Amino acid sequence: MGLPVRLFDAVIVGGGGSGMRAALELARADLKVAVLSKVFPTRSHTVAAQGGVAASLGNIDEDNWHWHMYDTVKGSDYLGDQDAIEFMCRKANEVVYELEHLGMPFDRLAGGKIYQRPFGGHMRDYGVSPVPRACAAADRTGHALLHTLYQANLKARTQFFVEWMALDLIRAQDGSVLGVTALEMETGEVMILQAKATVFATGGAGRIFAASTNAFINTGDGLGMAARAGIPLQDLEFWQFHPTGVAGAGVLITEGVRGEGGYLLNKNGERFMERYAPNAKDLASRDVVARAMATEIKEGRGAGKDGDCILLKLDHLGEETISKRLPGIREIAKKFANVDPVKDPIPVVPTCHYQMGGIPTNYHGQVVVPKNGNPESVVPGFYAAGECSCVSVHGANRLGCNSLLDLLVFGKSAGEKVIQDLKQDGKSHRALPNDAGELTLSRLARLDGQKSGERVAEVSADMRRTMQQHCGVFRFPDLLTEGVRKIKDVAERVSRTGISDKSRTFNTARVEALELDNLVETAVASLVSAEARKESRGSHDRADFHQRDDANWMKHTLWFKQGSRLEYKPVHTQPLSVETFEPKARVY
Amino acid sequence: MGDVDRVRWRCRRGLLELDLVLGEFLERCYGGLDADGRRLFDELLEQPDNDLLDLAMGRSEPPPRYRALVAMLRGAGEPAPM
Repeated sequence: MGLPVRLFDAVIVGGGGSGMRAALELARADLKVAVLSKVFPTRSHTVAAQGGVAASLGNIDEDNWHWHMYDTVKGSDYLGDQDAIEFMCRKANEVVYELEHLGMPFDRLAGGKIYQRPFGGHMRDYGVSPVPRACAAADRTGHALLHTLYQANLKARTQFFVEWMALDLIRAQDGSVLGVTALEMETGEVMILQAKATVFATGGAGRIFAASTNAFINTGDGLGMAARAGIPLQDLEFWQFHPTGVAGAGVLITEGVRGEGGYLLNKNGERFMERYAPNAKDLASRDVVARAMATEIKEGRGAGKDGDCILLKLDHLGEETISKRLPGIREIAKKFANVDPVKDPIPVVPTCHYQMGGIPTNYHGQVVVPKNGNPESVVPGFYAAGECSCVSVHGANRLGCNSLLDLLVFGKSAGEKVIQDLKQDGKSHRALPNDAGELTLSRLARLDGQKSGERVAEVSADMRRTMQQHCGVFRFPDLLTEGVRKIKDVAERVSRTGISDKSRTFNTARVEALELDNLVETAVASLVSAEARKESRGSHDRADFHQRDDANWMKHTLWFKQGSRLEYKPVHTQPLSVETFEPKARVY
Repeated sequence: MGDVDRVRWRCRRGLLELDLVLGEFLERCYGGLDADGRRLFDELLEQPDNDLLDLAMGRSEPPPRYRALVAMLRGAGEPAPM
């Protein structure tokens, strides 16, 4: 075994919000912490979060964590684990104040308290009326959060490995996690980063869809590594979509466009929302609009040369209204859709935004898997937080502003749990298995040696198209069945990809091939899990099973790479200190 | 020298919009830059994502030294002139 080894107390994979929050906790406890990040940490995808952090500070109107908890359970369509949700909502104020003390530039009220604004789904009195609960830093909350955490980590002497990509998890015979293999992009060198604790904070895999708001770095690296190492992936049939992203680009067109009088057309120029929602029409709720768009496309009335998009018309509003009421929309449409909306409609499509599922964890951030009849046996040495994890606080659908809260609360609790575990059992590093690093070396050797391999860009595009057509915002049984077959074919092809550039330094072709290895695990897990779930719940919306089916389906999905097998485990309906919120119809 | 590859990777950002704009720029414009232009582009890539996007979308104006570069960046997402 020839790979160089470096030793740390903790290795954190991912330098976004959750990774840096976990790192801060650990570095402040004087542990030797390494954070690996594919890009400079402040350029992580957390930067895209604008809305804010949800916390029941009650700075504007009366509020409390019970109401926030109710909203989150209801938003999750009762698939969220109620112990974890209580934990998160109760911790919200604490993590927000900590951030404030670290220097986060929150918007403030005249008296100096943190300003809060209302956000969809956040209500008072158990769903009665909206309450201002979002704490924001203008429209740059994610950016401010990353900068605040990065500075705090520098002070605490966290060691950053920037432009490093983790490749595989290293597990001992007994299943404990002992670290990762990783590639330094600048030199092409592969190394083992051995640790007493390994924390995954790698973000989501939103790039599995053709239409995605996610940055290119969101390739689900943690999910791929976990799946290859025998860890199941949880609830990946649940993806949040936004109805109107620019077709072919993914950039969001605000719902404000329809609010101002813009409307949707199919290829025949028909204003089809009149058929689906005769009263609300284009102002119907997000899921109704997205479902109608998907139905038009499936039934052959989609626009564009491939019939796979819908047209958003706003030229009738006039140039003046468009620039006054919808600032920036014209520039976005021109730049990313190549149309001037003053003259022509914008091609749009339901666009993937957030991954609710992920690596199964408990609310301490420990990764849990079924073992000897226990559905949630802890994997020693392995932790996960943020979008890559499934705690599960978002269940079948996520409320706005709960994602930043999730990464702060569970980044911190994973850090705290690591500290506690290392105190008990962390004197020295365990010996690495003899075959540590072999999986990685064989994957790299396969890629370098592949003769007449499949092109990464082509296979990748086929994966995204398959996911979009077969496992999109509204799901049809025939398309799901065919989709499972197709995505398994794609996965087969991923194992035969080849690259022509074999150089070592900054070989982006190699990195993209390795990213595709990760993406495809999430893609297969999502399609297989979606096909199997015969109900509609939260973001999983099926044409053949319209209703939520609590009797048969109030359970979490676990997908195992080995044999692409599914198992299920119960939802935690018992909160920590309050009574269970019993399932009700989810109406707003 | 893997310089172009290094720049290519640094055009991977936290915001999708920048991935798209910078990707186009690499395809269309980067090859035509001289050494000074490339050095300036390296510098520009050090900007935070939001600031860089504001520049690219014309929501803010660059310091004089970046003006020519930012003009190219603004054109990068639009259809190529025939």
